[in-house]
Amino acid sequence: MYGKKVKLRFLFLVLVLTSLILTTYLILQSLKDNVVYFQSPSEIKSLTEINKKKIRIGGMVKVQSVFINSTEVNFIITDFKNEINVLYSGAVPNLFTEGKGVVAEGFLKDKNYFLATKILAKHDENYMPPEVKEAIGDK
Amino acid sequence: MLATQIGYYSLILGLLLSIVLCSVSMKDLNSRGKQINQNVISLSFLQLVFVIVSFLCLILSFINSDFSNETVYNNSHTTKPLFYKISGTWGNHEGSLLLWLLVLTLFIFLFLIKSREQPKKYRIITLLFQQLIIIGFFLFVLMTSNPFNYLFPLPTEGLGLNPILQDPALAIHPPILYLGYVGTSIIFSSSLSAVTQNYVTKEWGQHIKKWVLVSWIFLTIGIMLGSIWAYYELGWGGFWFWDPVENVSLMPWLTLTALLHCILVLERRAALTSWVVILSITTFTLSMCGTFLVRSGILNSVHTFANDPARGIFILIFLFILVILSLGIFFLFHKESDKKTNNFFWLSRETSILINNWFMMYFLSVVLIGTVYPIFLDVISNEKISVGPPFYQKLIVPFLIPFLLFMSLGPRLKWIKSKIENKKSLIIYFLISVMLTFFIIKNLTTDLLFYTVLVSAAFFLFFTTLKELFIRKFNNVSQTMAHFGFSLLILSILFNSILSSEIITNIRVGEKYSYSKGEIFFKKIKERKESNFNSIIAYFEIKDENGKIIELKPEIRVYNQPIIITSEADIKTTLLEDKFLVMNLVKGNEYFNIRYQIKPFMIWIWISVILLSIGGLISLFEKRYEK
Repeated sequence: MYGKKVKLRFLFLVLVLTSLILTTYLILQSLKDNVVYFQSPSEIKSLTEINKKKIRIGGMVKVQSVFINSTEVNFIITDFKNEINVLYSGAVPNLFTEGKGVVAEGFLKDKNYFLATKILAKHDENYMPPEVKEAIGDK
Repeated sequence: MLATQIGYYSLILGLLLSIVLCSVSMKDLNSRGKQINQNVISLSFLQLVFVIVSFLCLILSFINSDFSNETVYNNSHTTKPLFYKISGTWGNHEGSLLLWLLVLTLFIFLFLIKSREQPKKYRIITLLFQQLIIIGFFLFVLMTSNPFNYLFPLPTEGLGLNPILQDPALAIHPPILYLGYVGTSIIFSSSLSAVTQNYVTKEWGQHIKKWVLVSWIFLTIGIMLGSIWAYYELGWGGFWFWDPVENVSLMPWLTLTALLHCILVLERRAALTSWVVILSITTFTLSMCGTFLVRSGILNSVHTFANDPARGIFILIFLFILVILSLGIFFLFHKESDKKTNNFFWLSRETSILINNWFMMYFLSVVLIGTVYPIFLDVISNEKISVGPPFYQKLIVPFLIPFLLFMSLGPRLKWIKSKIENKKSLIIYFLISVMLTFFIIKNLTTDLLFYTVLVSAAFFLFFTTLKELFIRKFNNVSQTMAHFGFSLLILSILFNSILSSEIITNIRVGEKYSYSKGEIFFKKIKERKESNFNSIIAYFEIKDENGKIIELKPEIRVYNQPIIITSEADIKTTLLEDKFLVMNLVKGNEYFNIRYQIKPFMIWIWISVILLSIGGLISLFEKRYEK
C-alpha cells in the first residue's frame, strides 16, 4: 500500500519517539531519587516529621561553636533565628571558619542534630551561596 | 591611561568596521567575479587588528598595574607575579568577553582566507552571519561590560585576582576553551549560509569538517585543562564534579562530537543534511547558553565574576534572536537533498553513526536536564535543590556498555550495506576481554556482574582498536586513535573510581595516625613568605603497607590581596597511581584537617584525553577520500 520509503520513515519516527519517551521517563524517574533539597535551620524546626532523605542545610557557622577532635568536626549552623548542631567527620573546605557561610550535606538525625556527609567548598571570602543569603534574610 | 583610551577607541572602530564590512560585502554579493572582493578580506583583517590592539592594550594595562582602569583595579594587584598579571587579563568578565570577540574575529578572518575554493556567495553570507554575532558581542562588551572604564580618584592598589585562579593550568584554560567554544560560531554561520545557498552537500561537508575538528580539539583540551586544575587546586581529589559550570562545557562537546560523526556521512553520502544543520545550530546555541548561565550569575562558581542582571538579559535576548533567526532560516530555506542517495541497509556505517548520535543526544539530554532543572524549579516554585553526581552516574554509566560495544563494532561496517567480518576474531577478543576483566576485578567490588560487563566492554574496545592500530597498517588512524583514546579514558576512569581509597582525619603536629594499610606521620610545619601570600608548609611522612616511606608537603596559603586561604595539595604522580594529600586549617584550632587519597591511573585519564585529541589532529591533517 505504502512505498518502502514511507514505511522506513515511519519506522524511524517510531524509534525516535519511543526512545524519546523512554529517555524522558528514565531521567524524570532518576531525578526524583537523586535530587537534594536545600533547607534552612528555621525550615527544619518547622518540619512535622523527619525525612530520611539526604538534604542540604545552609547558614552561618555560629561563632565559638566549632569543636574539633581527632575524628570529628562539630559545629552549629545558624540562620540567626534558629540553629542546628552538625556532626561531621570528613574533610572541611578552606574557608570553613566561624562566622562564615556554610552548606552541609547529609541526613537529619532529629530536629536538633544533623549528620553531615559533606561540607561544601567556597572559594571567596565575600561569596555567599544565594541559598544562604536568602536563608539568613537581610542580616 | 593611554592604553585604556586606545583600547576603547579601537573597540569602537572595530564595531564601526563591522557595519562597513557588512555593506561592502552586500555589494559584493551581486557583483561578478568568482572571488570575493579583496577589500572585504582586508577589512576583516583590519577588524581583527583593532580587536587585537584593544586586547593588547588591556594586557598592557594589567602589566603596568594601571589602576585608573576599573577592570585592572578589580582584578589585579602590584604584588602579583607578572605571569598572573597577564593571565588576569582574561581571568575576569570584561577581559574574557574581549577574548570572545578576539576569537570571533580571528575565526572569520581565517575562514575567509581558507575557503577560497568555496562558492563566493556562500562565503559572503557566512561572513554576514558571523558579523551579526560579532556586532552583538561588540555591543555587549561596550554597553554592559566595557573593559576600559575609568576610575576616579585613582586608587593606589588593586583588589587582586582570586588566588585559586592564579595557576598555570587555569591561565591557559580560558583561551584554549574559548577557541573551541567560540569556534563553533563559524560552524553556525557557515551552516546557515549553506542552507540559504542550498549548499549542504558533500563538498560543504568536507570543507566544514576541518572547522568542526578544530573546535572539537580545542574544546577537548580546554575541558581537560579545567579538569586538571579542579583536580589539584580544589582539593577534593576528583576531576569531574558534575558541577553546572562543567556541564555547560560538556554539552557543546557532546553535540560537537555527534556533529563530527554525522559530517562523515554527509561528506561521503550527502545524507543527513538537516540533521547536520540542526546539530550545528544546537552546538553554537549551547555555547551561548553556557556563556549566559555562567556570566549571568545564575550558576554560582569561580566563573561567575559579577552578578549583573543587565548582562544576563542582554545575552538572553541576543540568544533568542539568534535561535529564532536560525530556525526561521532553516525552515524557510532548507530543502531535503535528492532522495536517491538516502538509502542504506540497516547494517551499515550510516546506521552505526546514527547510533552514535542517539547516544550523544541521550547523554546531552541527561546533562541538560540535570543542569537546567534546578534553575527551572527555583524560578517556578522557589524550591532550592541540587542534582548531584549519583543522578548522572546512574543515567550515564549503564548506557556506556552498549555505547562501547557499538563503538567497537561500528567502524568495521562498510557504507550503504555491510556484514560483520572476522566474526571469529571478534568473538575471541570479546572472550579475552571478559576473562581478563573477571580476573582483575573479582576481588575488588561488590557489584561484580555490572562492573564485569562494563569493564569488559571497555576492554573490548581497547583491544579491537589496539589491534586496528597495529595490524591494519594505520589505515584510518585518526578514528582508531580517537576511539582507542576513549576506551583508555573509560578504563582509567573506571579503575580510578573502583580502586581509589582515602583517609580523612584531624591531626596535630607531631602526631601519628595509623590505619589498616599504613601510617601518616605529621612531622612539622614551616612558614614561608612570598610577595603575594604567606604559606604554612606541612611535612608529612606516609608509610604504605610495604613499609615504603614517601614525604608529602601540602601547603596552606594565605593570600594578602584579596585575603583568601587556599590549600595547595601535594601530589606524587607515578604511572600507576597518584598519592594526593591536602590539608586545611580551621581557624583557632591546633588540629589540621587532612585528606589523603590514593588515586590509581590518574595520569592515564589525562593521557587518554590527549590521545583522543591527537586522533582529531590526525584527521585534520590526513588526506583521505581521494576522488
